[in-house]
Amino acid sequence: MDFLNLFVIVPVLTMIGILFTKELKGARLVSAVGMGIQLVLAIFLVFYYLSVRGAGNLHEMILTTDYSWFPSLNIHYFIGVDGIAVAMIALTAIVIFAGVFASWEMEYLSREFFISLILLSTGVFGFFISLDLFTMFLFYELAVIPMYLLIGIWGSGPKEASAMKLTLMLMAGSALLLVGILGIYYHSAPNGGPYTFNILAISKIHIPLAAQRFFFPLTFVGFGILGALFPLHTWSPSGHASAPTAVSMLHAGVLMKLGAYGCFRVAIFLMPQAATQMAWIFIILTSISVVYGAFGAIMQKDLKFINAYSSVSHVGLILFALLMMNKIAMDGAILQMISHGLMTALFFALIGMIYGRTHTRDIREMGGLMKVIPFLGVMYMIAGFASLGLPGFSGFVAEMTIFVGAFKHSDLFHRVASVVVVSSIVITAVYILRVVGKLLLGPVQKEAHLHLKGASWYEKLSTTSLLIAIVGIGVLPLWLSDTILNSLQPIMEKLVAYLH
Amino acid sequence: MMDFKYILLMRHELLLVLVAVIILIFDFLTDREKKNRLIPFSIYLFAGAMLVSFFPVKPGVLFGGSFQGNALTDFFKDILNLALLIVFMQSEGYLRKEENREKIAEYFVLLILTLVGMDYMVSSGDFLTFYVGLETASIPLAGLVAYDKFKSRSAEGGVKLILLSALSSGVLLFGLSLVYGATGSIYFSDIAKHITASPLIILGFIFFLSGMGFKISLVPFHLWTADVYEGAPMSITAYLSVVSKGAAVFILTIILYKVFKNITGLWETALYALAILTMTVGNLFAIRQNNIKRFLAFSSIAQAGFILVGIMGTGSLGMTSIVYFILIYVFTNLGAFGVASAIFNASGVETISGYNGLYKTNPRLSLIMMLSLFSLAGIPPVAGFFGKFFMFTSAGSKGYFILILIGVLNATISLYYYLMVVKAMFINKNDHPVPYFRSPNFLRFSLLLCSIALVFIGFAGGIFEYIMSVSHVLF
Repeated sequence: MDFLNLFVIVPVLTMIGILFTKELKGARLVSAVGMGIQLVLAIFLVFYYLSVRGAGNLHEMILTTDYSWFPSLNIHYFIGVDGIAVAMIALTAIVIFAGVFASWEMEYLSREFFISLILLSTGVFGFFISLDLFTMFLFYELAVIPMYLLIGIWGSGPKEASAMKLTLMLMAGSALLLVGILGIYYHSAPNGGPYTFNILAISKIHIPLAAQRFFFPLTFVGFGILGALFPLHTWSPSGHASAPTAVSMLHAGVLMKLGAYGCFRVAIFLMPQAATQMAWIFIILTSISVVYGAFGAIMQKDLKFINAYSSVSHVGLILFALLMMNKIAMDGAILQMISHGLMTALFFALIGMIYGRTHTRDIREMGGLMKVIPFLGVMYMIAGFASLGLPGFSGFVAEMTIFVGAFKHSDLFHRVASVVVVSSIVITAVYILRVVGKLLLGPVQKEAHLHLKGASWYEKLSTTSLLIAIVGIGVLPLWLSDTILNSLQPIMEKLVAYLH
Repeated sequence: MMDFKYILLMRHELLLVLVAVIILIFDFLTDREKKNRLIPFSIYLFAGAMLVSFFPVKPGVLFGGSFQGNALTDFFKDILNLALLIVFMQSEGYLRKEENREKIAEYFVLLILTLVGMDYMVSSGDFLTFYVGLETASIPLAGLVAYDKFKSRSAEGGVKLILLSALSSGVLLFGLSLVYGATGSIYFSDIAKHITASPLIILGFIFFLSGMGFKISLVPFHLWTADVYEGAPMSITAYLSVVSKGAAVFILTIILYKVFKNITGLWETALYALAILTMTVGNLFAIRQNNIKRFLAFSSIAQAGFILVGIMGTGSLGMTSIVYFILIYVFTNLGAFGVASAIFNASGVETISGYNGLYKTNPRLSLIMMLSLFSLAGIPPVAGFFGKFFMFTSAGSKGYFILILIGVLNATISLYYYLMVVKAMFINKNDHPVPYFRSPNFLRFSLLLCSIALVFIGFAGGIFEYIMSVSHVLF
């Protein structure tokens, strides 16, 4: 089945299509159609996956396709998905679809903008379908580099500096990653035979502990930088704040999850023994991420900075949950990836739309917007509630699952870490409610803000598509959760052997 | 049919000499006013010769082992031919200038003759052929660097090159004489059997490596590079940084693998240190450059450092990754130099700050420059990513993971300065950017060729596999 290839082919065709358009109108139309097709494909993939699993297909990965690329090094273009990848692909498709509509009025160099944006998404889709470390690394770097142009050209504020900082830090991460991948490769044949980059094949063998100890931290930190692991998170606030709306959405919504997904799929899955031994270091770091990010968000006055710090906190929670190394927490981690991806994309979309009207992102200069722009106001409030983890939204399901998983550990270290991390819920409530109160309620602060334009159709489409997904997961969490739990089985079997 | 075999095996070299002679005769027959006709004539003639030399010939050995022809050397000579063809195509605008009219033929002939020297060097099976080839390649280069008669910098570059090249050749030759004294032979295959870690041989090897270090401009033997690159005409700089360096790296690798096989541990230690120094110093100096030629000069020093990382690998993987890297490097660097020389010829701008706002006026050139720079930095999907990845894979085969780590961190640093150029072209504002211009057709064609190659080489896995299959010949 070559069906999965479409997830790379469609964006590439879309980019080529944009080349033939003249200006904004054509470019956005082609992008919308292309990403619309992509969304339909993703939804189809979800249902296909469910039906296949329902029919009793218990293969670890489905829809696998394998082409030999560099036979002498045993490098393959090997793709396939399990439930987790399917969920991530669906997330990406929704966010990029919403992102195209959020950039509907991108006048400046519009063709180049949409091409870069879709190139970025190509990298992300490719990353999630890859089962070969080489292919995966290629797509990973492909996703990072358009960011420079997207932020540098279309960003705001100190965009050149933020773009450079972000790119260099992420590329430094991928540098560590490259060493990690090569290390895994050269230890993938302990009993002789050709080395391999194939993730499934490597997961079946045992990499020597000494090698794991050396390469696990490199790989974990390499991916962790993209997941804003403290203290390497500093690219994230400035980068997100300077990026144009759609890029912030895609970056906080999906790209940071790439880091977490990589930590899970490569670092922990392939080197479980070192992972269990070294988890404590990273548990400390992620706990700091969670609390520090939340406190950071309280102190900020710029809407985008608030959300960027909140992302540091939430993605920290994902990494924290992964390091808890049990099925429930990991399930929660994956749920949180999707939930936070949708939520933060919604936030950034709304911030972009509000900024486009008020021309300020400083919360002290705004107020009472609920009366002026009710649609966006209500949306913002809902996004806030989802972020707080209110029942009925995806955030509740995800965080609840994570904490239940975390408290399964009864030793002192894990208990303390869990308690510290749980306290972030309260801090989150503080900054969310504060922003909602300042921004939406109370009197209107500025004369000019009394007559803002209401939401247009494309803004409604963009935000609603995200909201539907958030509520969908919140109300019907079980099918998603079950899909993930099934796919967690192989990794749990590996981990259990080393946990005690 | 003994003679025929000679012609066939040395077809690259002999064809080049033939082309050079024909160009000289044509020059003699052309009126002074019509000298410009030499440009297309020479390019087509050279392209024809290149196509003829593509035809495969059975491998063989000549002159009792002094000259070796096999699929690997043939392939490498084809790469060099292609690179020179691109350089020729990119010099069109420069050669059409009034001041160069009388010396067009010299330009082509000298360049072709240096290539003959390099081809002999690539095919050499003993140190004598190697050395003669190396010198044949070096001396005309000094003339080419000083080609700009009315620029004192050009003359300065020429003098620097000839003096340092003579000095380094002396050092190299001294090293070779020590090795000869210790082993009693100049043939690679004979020497290889008698190499031991005796002090004399180690001393000889150190001199040899230092001499080669000058030619490849490894740190700390790199000091001539920036001045010479800056003084020389743009296309000569391109030639120096791609063809000349590529050929020297290739033969160095062969000599290390074949001749100094018995003291592998020793030369690996030396290269380990040189690689780290070369990458780091090249990178740190590149950050501070504003002249595009000096910038590319230091960037090419850093690239040489990455190549050394690749040499550290095991036999055929190391060889393959190096040839593959050089192949990609040809298109990458010539793409960057092509854009730079197009801009220089049209507007005289050769500073990075002069590129500000270039995308507004010359979007295609900016895109090609960006592709080339990303390829230099090793960003997918451009070919440079694959080249660099296999370089590091090669070093990994012997477990040099710390070296790889230093290498990839250096690649990240290099990304910074490559992005600074991208930033100048795409992001920086400029009230008076370089106005729109149309480059000569040959140049446009060469840039098209480079960009197509950059986008597609990596995805065609067959190229890498082909090099892998031919480099097995060596081991």
